[in-house]
Amino acid sequence: MHPAFSVIFFTTLSGAGYGLWFWTMVAIPLLDDQARHSGLALLVPLALGFVLVAVGLSSSVLHLGKPLRAWRAFSQWRSSWLSREGVLAMTTFVPLAYFAAASFSRVPFSNGLGGVAALWLAVGSIATVLCTAMIYASLRPIPAWSHRLVPAVYLVFALHTGALIALTIGLRTFAIGNEGAALLILLTSMLAWRLKRRYWQDIDRGVLPVTRNSALGLPADREIKQFERPHTEANYLTKEMGFVLARKHSRRLRLIAVLLFALVPALCALPLWFVPMAHPTPLLALACASALLGTFVERWLFFAEAKHVVMTYY
Amino acid sequence: MSEPSLDLQKPVGDELKQTTCYMCACRCGINVHLRDGKIRYIEGNPAHPVNRGVLCAKGSAGIMQHYSPARLRKPMLRTGERGANEFREIEWDEALTLAATWLGETRARDPDRLAFFTGRDQSQALTGWWAQQYGTINYAAHGGFCSVNMAAGGLYTLGGSFWEFGEPDWEHTRYLMLWGVAEDHDSNPIKLGLGHLKGSGAKIVAVNPVRTGYGAIADEWVGIRPGTDGLFAFALIHELLKADRIDLDYLVRYTNAHWLVVQNPGGADDGLFARDADGQALCAVRGDATASPHPRPLSPGERGDEILLPLGEGARRADEGNAVATNLIPANTPDISPRIVGDVTLPDGRRAVPVFHLVAERYLDPQYAPDAVSDRCGIPADTIRRIAREIAAAAFDSDVNLPVAWTDTHGRRHASMRGRPVAMHAMRGISAHSNGFHTCRALHLLQLLLGAVDAPGSFRYQPPFPRPIPPANRPGKSRGADGKLDAPPLGFIHGPEDLLVDAQGQPRRLDHAYSWSYPLAVHGMLHTVIRNAWAGDPNTIDVLFLFMANMSWNSAMNTTETMRWLTDKDEHGEYRIPKIIYSDAYASEMTAYADLVLPDTTYLERFDAISLLDRPISDADCASDAIRHPVLSAPEQAAGRDVRGFQSVLLDLGARLKLPAMTEADGTPKYRDYADYIVRHERAPGVGLLAGWRGEDGSQSGKGAPNPAQLEKYIANGGFWREAIPASARYYKMANRDYLEWSAKLGFIAKPEPVVLQLYSETLQKFRLAAQGHGPVQPPAAQRERVATYFDPLPIWYEPFEGAQTTVADFPLSAVTQRPPFMYHAWGSQNAWLRQITARNYLYLHPSLAEKQGVLDGDWVHVDSHHGRITVQAKLVANMQPDTVWTWNAIGKRRGAWKLSKNSPESKQGFLLNHLISDITPRGDYANADPVTGQAAWFDLRVRLSKAEAQDGSSPQFAPLAGADPSDAPLRYGAMFRKSK
Amino acid sequence: MTALPAVSKKKLGLVIDLDTCVGCHACAVSCKEWNAGGIAGPLTDEKPYGDDPAGVWFNRVHSYEIEALDAQPAMTLHFPRSCLHCETPACVTVCPTGASYKRAEDGIVLVDEDKCIGCKLCSWACPYGAREYSPVEGVMKKCTLCVDRIYNENIPEASRQPACVQACPTRARHFGDLGDENSAVSKLVAERGGVALMPELGYAPVNRYLPPRARRAGAATPASPPAENLETKELPSLLRWLDRALSR
Ligand SMILES: Nc1nc2c(c(=O)[nH]1)N[C@H]1C(S)=C(S)[C@@H](COP(=O)(O)OP(=O)(O)OC[C@H]3O[C@@H](n4cnc5c(=O)[nH]c(N)nc54)[C@H](O)[C@@H]3O)O[C@H]1N2
Ligand SMILES: Nc1nc2c(c(=O)[nH]1)N[C@H]1C(S)=C(S)[C@@H](COP(=O)(O)OP(=O)(O)OC[C@H]3O[C@@H](n4cnc5c(=O)[nH]c(N)nc54)[C@H](O)[C@@H]3O)O[C@H]1N2
Ligand code: SF4
Ligand code: SF4
Ligand code: SF4
Ligand code: SF4
Ligand code: SF4
Ligand SMILES: [Mo]
Repeated sequence: MHPAFSVIFFTTLSGAGYGLWFWTMVAIPLLDDQARHSGLALLVPLALGFVLVAVGLSSSVLHLGKPLRAWRAFSQWRSSWLSREGVLAMTTFVPLAYFAAASFSRVPFSNGLGGVAALWLAVGSIATVLCTAMIYASLRPIPAWSHRLVPAVYLVFALHTGALIALTIGLRTFAIGNEGAALLILLTSMLAWRLKRRYWQDIDRGVLPVTRNSALGLPADREIKQFERPHTEANYLTKEMGFVLARKHSRRLRLIAVLLFALVPALCALPLWFVPMAHPTPLLALACASALLGTFVERWLFFAEAKHVVMTYY
Repeated sequence: MSEPSLDLQKPVGDELKQTTCYMCACRCGINVHLRDGKIRYIEGNPAHPVNRGVLCAKGSAGIMQHYSPARLRKPMLRTGERGANEFREIEWDEALTLAATWLGETRARDPDRLAFFTGRDQSQALTGWWAQQYGTINYAAHGGFCSVNMAAGGLYTLGGSFWEFGEPDWEHTRYLMLWGVAEDHDSNPIKLGLGHLKGSGAKIVAVNPVRTGYGAIADEWVGIRPGTDGLFAFALIHELLKADRIDLDYLVRYTNAHWLVVQNPGGADDGLFARDADGQALCAVRGDATASPHPRPLSPGERGDEILLPLGEGARRADEGNAVATNLIPANTPDISPRIVGDVTLPDGRRAVPVFHLVAERYLDPQYAPDAVSDRCGIPADTIRRIAREIAAAAFDSDVNLPVAWTDTHGRRHASMRGRPVAMHAMRGISAHSNGFHTCRALHLLQLLLGAVDAPGSFRYQPPFPRPIPPANRPGKSRGADGKLDAPPLGFIHGPEDLLVDAQGQPRRLDHAYSWSYPLAVHGMLHTVIRNAWAGDPNTIDVLFLFMANMSWNSAMNTTETMRWLTDKDEHGEYRIPKIIYSDAYASEMTAYADLVLPDTTYLERFDAISLLDRPISDADCASDAIRHPVLSAPEQAAGRDVRGFQSVLLDLGARLKLPAMTEADGTPKYRDYADYIVRHERAPGVGLLAGWRGEDGSQSGKGAPNPAQLEKYIANGGFWREAIPASARYYKMANRDYLEWSAKLGFIAKPEPVVLQLYSETLQKFRLAAQGHGPVQPPAAQRERVATYFDPLPIWYEPFEGAQTTVADFPLSAVTQRPPFMYHAWGSQNAWLRQITARNYLYLHPSLAEKQGVLDGDWVHVDSHHGRITVQAKLVANMQPDTVWTWNAIGKRRGAWKLSKNSPESKQGFLLNHLISDITPRGDYANADPVTGQAAWFDLRVRLSKAEAQDGSSPQFAPLAGADPSDAPLRYGAMFRKSK
Repeated sequence: MTALPAVSKKKLGLVIDLDTCVGCHACAVSCKEWNAGGIAGPLTDEKPYGDDPAGVWFNRVHSYEIEALDAQPAMTLHFPRSCLHCETPACVTVCPTGASYKRAEDGIVLVDEDKCIGCKLCSWACPYGAREYSPVEGVMKKCTLCVDRIYNENIPEASRQPACVQACPTRARHFGDLGDENSAVSKLVAERGGVALMPELGYAPVNRYLPPRARRAGAATPASPPAENLETKELPSLLRWLDRALSR
């Protein structure tokens, strides 16, 4: 599939944003009283999350053929994961708005309403990420997307990048300390790597669920080769679905991705654990940037490596 | 949410015009829907006899052709060097004055100094007549490089032919053999027919080195080596003769199988038919046979000798001990049982044998046995034997008999029409070889032995065919006092005396047609014109006037030199071809070489006559003709352009030249325009361009006085006229009284006389005799052997010249082209829709060949012929004969032509095989053509292949034609219709 | 609208005969021509005269080579590909706007271009490559089954069929109601063993393809009397024609 930058941008950034929101909500119970009451401490991650989500969303909207009609995308939530994603994304703005209002009016987060809002945002964030994943995971013509690990991958990457951002911007200090942070990073890095490794192994083995014979309605016992394409030059289908990535590039890119999203963050986490550090932010920032970049590469591969069954015709 | 409401009742357009398609020469009926003056939709006319409502890819893309940016806009006068494509637009008046001046001066000097050649047009009824009025012998259309082998092979054998003069009996055939056909002119009728056969269960066999298109759906594909079809046909004939699976009754009824051929080696009459005093060919019947009273007494010694068999040493009596006397009677006598084998001694002592005897003797020879030809053809001997059995079974064991009573030309009633449901159709795979004439005759011989010509289920004639063999009209040779030629420049040669040669036996025509080199070049030889005009062979010319032929590119052989000849200058710095006038409708490769360009309209903007006098659109059941008429409103048409229909321009020029036939006594033009000519011109009394609605009141067909309202009648009838052949007249047309009378009544033939099909061609033998030193007109010494060899009265096979004059070691492969079904020669590529299907071509190779050469799919290869090299991209496919390579025809474009961007795939990667095809044989002594008809031997090409480094594009490349690249703005055709109500 | 309607009784669709298709592209071009000015037009072309021309087509004709089997020699197969108007097509259900819909009354799958946001999701969801996005128009396009022809009373009844069906010169394309088992197309499918493409994906296409019939190359030796096995080296073979009482 053609790796469209806007979509890669969108899924990476909005995933990180939702992950950030999720961890922020998780952090609320762990905050000290002052922070919990002021709310200002939460404003930074929430706002940053908003920026990430908004940039992601708008890049995906701009990617549309008719951006001005984007509002129509909310209408089909009963059947369309894209629509559901849109709707859910919007709903997450409700608790967000509440938090914003609350912090400006100095209403404490720890009250009941705050709890509801936190739960809403945490669950909403996860759900939105899962919806994004399901947009792809529900597409049977693209086996690499409808793979069963895809929702988990999307979720783990959102949590992984979200956590790194959260830790970088200081959420750590309130709650879990350097060791906790290190543990979290190691955990999500490991998880992301394991999942992706498994996924890549699968798709490398994975043959398309259809053969050219069944695409042409012919018996399975005859070998069929292409003689002529319908059109000698490229067309929408061959450009959109026919993107082919050389195997050797794909190997190299996978390595780079793993290096960036798992190994570098993990390596940054280790000193955090073993070496007492007053200012771990540079390390965390490095881990964070690397993970985001790695996720970007991973997402690019997610598109570029996926084969659409329509290409059995080509 | 509810479903949106759709406007499903929107009228297609606000106007409907019915005319004739000209996206190719098939000439289908089309309904052109217009909306707000623009073309909304072109669909097939369901009532039209040619396409019955279907439409091909080209036809559907007519909109894009009509609105093509490559359309010429105004007359143009060359400003730069010839070939640079630099012009100044001028007004028509200036253009016509200039053209008339050039043509007038030339005519005054010597009309033959005008070479007027037309290409893909179907206006030969007009252009040939115009050339005759002008007085030049140097006129022809494109048939010589197209398929004259088919036309001549057929007309000299059957009085009709493949090409578009006949068709398989789609309704009744059980077995169809397609020989070397990719698309053909009967594009839609063939497709309709094949679709029908698929349902009827008839077997389809495609004989073709490549299996695409029609071959794809054929039951059997015979992947023959190019140029060897004659051998394959002979092997089939051999098998049929051996197994006695021959329709002898058919042969003696309808062919010259029983005609006696004089056997007098060295004599002036050797190989001629034995004739009686009235010139009637004779046959031998047994003395005791009761012959019906023959019309007139035989010449002295009407009683022949007994039959002798040629059994080598000392003739042995045929029916020893039971000798029967033999009568010699006119071969056309009905109710006889003529001998078809055996020696006959004529009353004057000469020996003679029946034609069939010669046929059997020749093709029973072991050299034509399947095992003997198998290797050369690349067809297993078993397959040949099986196919022979299959066609025999289909012809003789099927029960296709039509319960239709008919009357033969002897007045005998037949209760039914006996079927021979084996049909053949052949085209350029056969004809575009230097042995194509004979191969075509071989196929006709095969058909005749099966009784499968115009019998139910077989090949059928389309009116106005069959015609006498050969057709009566001979080419014009001399000019009268008015400067007019005594007959149209193209005609049929009946013997050496009809040739256009001078006292030394040298060619008179610029193209060397009708010379000893190509005596039966009945369509002329457009492919030799530019070289000869440049070389002044036999004479220099003043004006080269071309119409609708892309002669500097895809219709040229030896493209590189052709472009040089067109621009070459003599020692005085003058162009060796002094003036070139060209009419095209689009910015083709050829327009760049004109001094004066006369821009034609598109096919939707002019009057045209699809005339029975030219290339008819009849089918086997009815005669038809048609018109084109302008379908767009005058302002719509004029917008941004000032172009004129070429035919009207030609008449205008004729009037300016004061040619008598085009000028009134007072000097004013006789015809307002072409439409006026179509209606008023009479070729012979009562015969005009159109056969429908003749007579002052429009009540007559075929013949009748001009009808001023004729065109309106055509327009009201969907643009065409058809008249069904009476049911009793639809088969055995060559001997069917009802048919021949009908045909004569409509003016297709002069007299309702039977046409006897010629297995053995006496016309050819006359040339051979001349070459052997007989008769008043004889070839120069240097040509004698050639003429004697290739004018064999029975079909022969010989190695195509290019193969014969090179070695297999040097050039082991054949290279051919095929028509893509969705492109018409060069015109298609300017079409925004069609070019998206194929914007570049590849050279297709068999994987086994590729492996030998180390070539992978997509690699670049050098292809070398004895003449040149091209470097192109290869693709591997297994659906072809392994020693052949092929590509689609005419996809490659010159940079800058057709208003395409200069880096368009057509010009950057696309290519022509023409760059490799020499216009002369490797030995250089003759044109790369058939020695009988002059047909261009495009498919004789022999090449070798080698792997090349990866390239950026194909080569050779030529200097780009001047002109700006087109805009890359998207094309949103149709958007305006969506809005309009 | 994205939710699929209840399965309609009427299932309009195409039946394409691969045994007869010669790959002439007539269907593809006539489709382009009709629809360019129809309810789904224009079918925009980019760089129409430039270096890499590309445009919207609802019907594209592929060509393949099928390798030989013992019983069947190598073949060339032409294969026109257009929307199959599936019964359970994800191209409809994935659409976030409702622009993509399946008509309740006859099952035709359409795009309402006024609603389409050009997200391309439906084209990803179609396994058959039947959806074509136009970057110039910003919306998705697809085969309309010529809905503006087949019901159009301004068109003569016999021509009220899709443009591609009308044009096909070999008449390899058929149109009708595949939901009605007595329709001509349903009978044709039954008779010729028509197949659905990639049924395993669960889209339940309505269109059917008629597979190529077995090619009859040399299979059965036709019934014919054995050849007379003449010894052709000897000319007396001509003798047998000597006494033939022919009728002229
Ligand atoms: N290698 C190879 N070469 C071949 C062949 C082959 O098989 N292989 N085939 C040969 C054969 S059979 C043929 S017939 C030739 C065909 O070759 P051409 O006769 O050259 O055919 P086109 O290229 O179509 O060129 C015809 C010209 O007519 C112009 N034209 C189109 N419509 C109109 C119109 O309405 N009015 C006017 N005035 N002009 C118009 C076009 O713009 C074009 O320039 O090619 C020959 N060349
Ligand atoms: N779509 C379309 N239709 C056209 C045209 C066009 O340009 N486009 N051009 C028109 C013109 S001008 C003409 S003359 C006709 C020509 O109509 P066709 O005769 O159908 O023309 P070609 O494509 O030249 O086809 C020749 C076929 O013969 C095969 N062949 C080559 N050599 C041999 C051989 O030695 N033996 C056998 N058995 N087969 C051989 C080739 O593979 C090819 O399939 O088409 C007309 N119709
Ligand atoms: S075959 Fe096609 S291009 Fe040729 S006349 Fe017919 S519709 Fe037109
Ligand atoms: S073929 Fe594709 S576009 Fe058509 S209905 Fe089926 S899934 Fe949808
Ligand atoms: S591109 Fe248009 S029709 Fe397709 S899914 Fe998106 S909104 Fe729906
Ligand atoms: S049914 Fe209509 S829209 Fe669909 S492929 Fe055929 S012509 Fe095109
Ligand atoms: S028009 Fe008919 S024969 Fe031609 S490609 Fe389409 S389906 Fe095949
Ligand atoms: Mo031709």
